[in-house]
Amino acid sequence: MSDLILTPNIDTPDDFYAVLLAAHEGLGKDESDALNARLVLVLANHIGDRSILSQALKAAALKQE
Amino acid sequence: MSKIFEVPLYAYERSPDQDAPAPVRHKVIVVGAGPIGLAAAIDLAQQGVEVVVLDDNDKVSFGSRAVCYAKRPLEILDRLGCGQPMVDKGVEWNIGKVFFNDRQVYEFNLLPEEGHQRPAFINLQQYYFEEYLVNRVRELQAEGAPIEIRGRNKVEAIGTHPDHVKVEVDTPEGAYTVEADWLIACDGAGSPIRSMLGLDFVGRVFEDNFLIADVIMEADFPTERWFWFDPPFNRGQSALLHKQPDNVWRIDLQLGWDIDKEREKRPENVIPRLKAMLGEDVQFELEWVSIYTFQCRRMEKFRHGRVIFAGDAAHQVSPFGARGANSGLQDTDNLCWKLKLVLDGKAPESLLDSYDYERIHGADENILNSTRSTDFITPKSDMSRILRDAVLDLSEHYEFARPLVNSGRLSVPCTYDGSPLNSADALDGPERTRPGSPCPDAPLEDGFLLPRLGGKFTLLTIDADAPDVIEEDGIEVTRLALSVKDDPTQELKRRYLGEAESAVYLIRPDQHVAARSPSFDEQSIRHAIRRATGKEHANV
Ligand SMILES: Cc1cc2nc3c(=O)[nH]c(=O)nc-3n(C[C@H](O)[C@H](O)[C@H](O)COP(=O)(O)OP(=O)(O)OC[C@H]3O[C@@H](n4cnc5c(N)ncnc54)[C@H](O)[C@@H]3O)c2cc1C
Repeated sequence: MSDLILTPNIDTPDDFYAVLLAAHEGLGKDESDALNARLVLVLANHIGDRSILSQALKAAALKQE
Repeated sequence: MSKIFEVPLYAYERSPDQDAPAPVRHKVIVVGAGPIGLAAAIDLAQQGVEVVVLDDNDKVSFGSRAVCYAKRPLEILDRLGCGQPMVDKGVEWNIGKVFFNDRQVYEFNLLPEEGHQRPAFINLQQYYFEEYLVNRVRELQAEGAPIEIRGRNKVEAIGTHPDHVKVEVDTPEGAYTVEADWLIACDGAGSPIRSMLGLDFVGRVFEDNFLIADVIMEADFPTERWFWFDPPFNRGQSALLHKQPDNVWRIDLQLGWDIDKEREKRPENVIPRLKAMLGEDVQFELEWVSIYTFQCRRMEKFRHGRVIFAGDAAHQVSPFGARGANSGLQDTDNLCWKLKLVLDGKAPESLLDSYDYERIHGADENILNSTRSTDFITPKSDMSRILRDAVLDLSEHYEFARPLVNSGRLSVPCTYDGSPLNSADALDGPERTRPGSPCPDAPLEDGFLLPRLGGKFTLLTIDADAPDVIEEDGIEVTRLALSVKDDPTQELKRRYLGEAESAVYLIRPDQHVAARSPSFDEQSIRHAIRRATGKEHANV
């Protein structure tokens, strides 16, 4: 079983964060929520591996193993 | 006891210029004796350029303002002869703590890279910095250098001409007129000179206010940087605690947009806020309090004929990341050697346009970083706040989120990629020393590299042959011959050779790399010297 990566893994994190904020710019709360939901689904599909996805769900819930 | 920023440091004295029958012409007038104006004047005077500094005040910066100085500005100050007192007095710190809500989410260590003479950062009150600069001016004057500071000389108007600038100055004893071949405007963010020339200063104002307080306390907080997001004592806002010398602590409290500034500044309102933060029984004394709104903006061009803008007058950033004074020093470091060559007729005036190119590049990088930090600290929409809080929550548990937390990105010097003064990179060497880069320091057998480069054109050879001196059209370049044998820690090799066996670097007076190659080739070095002095435009 592979492990969810929880150490820094994004190249130039400030650039990424700026792009993420920019994607939400000008959107209302509902539109932003919907964008986030779609983003979760797109990323989940990219990951594919169910065991990683379960670990990610736990991590996001801030539930320590 | 009066505070250092209350005592006149360069009191008004009558100048013979005020009694001259016709306006006296100087080589360079610097307007503003803030840190940047003083640094410019010292740099020029050290090179023998006659310079007069005019300031409408006669004291150092009121209150401490800038507190953090980064390695590169300290290296520049070494060259200006004031690095040592800064480092001796300043406090060094490496540990930072980030708090969110009522708890610490993580702690970091800056882990500065080894093998540099100067620390990654020091904290020091701006008034000490300015005092050391004024001391240096006095020292230069004692040595007979052509430098003068005129306190309570307020510039009221300027007239620009193709070959000089005319300046109307007001003093306690009335007005006079004076002229200069060149004028460097270091008159701060509110630059009256910018307004006199009707020039734009565009960018973003952040709709927020920060209470900035310096308090004196005998407290046992460690020498660390503490940053709070949304703490119980300042709900919905941020806070910062940072150590300075003499038991002075810098406190920043975000207040939000809709406030009554005058009311918030009164001690009876400030003290309860500070008590809520520091604890009821901590004894402290307020040294200085101010309220700021931060902005990120710059002029479209820094050079306007014979008037050249530097420091806050040219660009302004929010203080998260400590880039104001730090980047202003890089402006004058970039400008003064160029101006000297132009004054000596050794380079065309157009060399000064590369100041625009290079320092606008620097200003944009600083503005981008400061804007991002400000956006993280003050989220401007609900969703930015949700994302930010998510990052903070995750950062408590998972290392991956920590690089996304942005309470200020520490100032690093910029690389002048694409500058018209660079020659094409001919060495398969390390990225960090490519043409345009500021030279990283390295320990040698005997001392450090940067002091050996000094402030003139240098040909650094590492295990390569070259003549000891080359002169190209009035520009003298002296060789500094090193070998990996003088490299006890192998850092010189790591930073300047990488996989290469040998290298030849042409280094500018501001210690940026102009060209590099594996071995000495006379024709290409001559070409690189011409290029670095604005005499050659395209790579032929
Ligand atoms: C709260 C705060 C925290 C900061 N923290 C940091 C930090 O940690 N690190 C950092 O690098 N920077 C920091 N800065 C920024 C730093 O203080 C400024 O970038 C720096 O002071 C700019 O220097 P300057 O010489 O360009 O301008 P100034 O210091 O503003 O000096 C301008 C000078 O021009 C003079 N002048 C103005 N008009 C005239 C006139 N008409 N005639 C004659 N003289 C005139 C003024 O009297 C003044 O002396 C901070 C700023 C603030 C406000």
